[in-house]
Amino acid sequence: MKSLEELKAIRERMQNKVILREGSAEKRIVVGMATCGIAAGARPVLNTFVEEIANRGLTGKVEVGQTGCIGMCRYEPIVEVFEGDQRVTYIFVDPAKAKEIVEKHIVGGQPIVEYTIGAAQK
Amino acid sequence: MKELSLNILDIAQNSIHAEASFVQILLTETDESLKLEIRDDGRGMSEEFLSRVTDPFSTTRTTRKVGLGLPLLKLAAEQTGGYMQITSRERALYPDTHGTEVTAFFYKNHLDFTPLGDVISTVVSLVQGSPEVDFLFMHEMPDRTVEIDTRMLREVLGDDVPLSDPEVLMWIRGSMTEQYGGGE
Repeated sequence: MKSLEELKAIRERMQNKVILREGSAEKRIVVGMATCGIAAGARPVLNTFVEEIANRGLTGKVEVGQTGCIGMCRYEPIVEVFEGDQRVTYIFVDPAKAKEIVEKHIVGGQPIVEYTIGAAQK
Repeated sequence: MKELSLNILDIAQNSIHAEASFVQILLTETDESLKLEIRDDGRGMSEEFLSRVTDPFSTTRTTRKVGLGLPLLKLAAEQTGGYMQITSRERALYPDTHGTEVTAFFYKNHLDFTPLGDVISTVVSLVQGSPEVDFLFMHEMPDRTVEIDTRMLREVLGDDVPLSDPEVLMWIRGSMTEQYGGGE
């Protein structure tokens, strides 16, 4: 079994980073995880965001959260990216799009307009 | 749902919405059958609500947090010849023992059995979304048992590290993968 020593090591590494982690996140990614989202494929999308944020060393700067049904079930999986008072809503997100959103929007600062709900409703 | 593990994720979210502090996900598997139990210490449901909780059409907006999840699990169990049952004790009437238990029984060899799928991702997603809640996941199979108990992780990690930390989530994923017999 994976050792508890590894967990203890994680704790020790984290203790040195506590101050950095307490600053409020600059961006927040929220994945819809109600029945509709889960059935449409939200789980691998969520886990892709969690892994991408960790792998890029953005933990603490970017939060990944979950929310319930926001009433647009036909567009699930839905992902919202919050930055300041700006909100971008992405629809029909899959793991590949999630990676692209991290690269272009979260890291690059440019929302991917063609994946947003605004583009779909035109 | 394409995998039972997605139903599990969905039903366990009900427990979290019901303000549970401890959620148990127990799987007991034989060659022929799979029993799923999800137990929580949340606020529970009234008898009246319990009686109509699996009817998707009686769900009202104020109770929408239950929604389609239970009917979908019931369908998944019954289409294999199995069953689903729910017991619940409301907090108002049972201040010390309140909570809900959902049990679903599946016949694995039935044509309409939905495979369990990626339960590891389900556990990781639950912990990621609700790091303040404790989860016990136990999957008993004929040849092995896989277990994750976040109470134990919390003891080792102390108050410094939230369970939703990516390194902790990776540890959980790694530990479960190892226990299921997967390679590193």
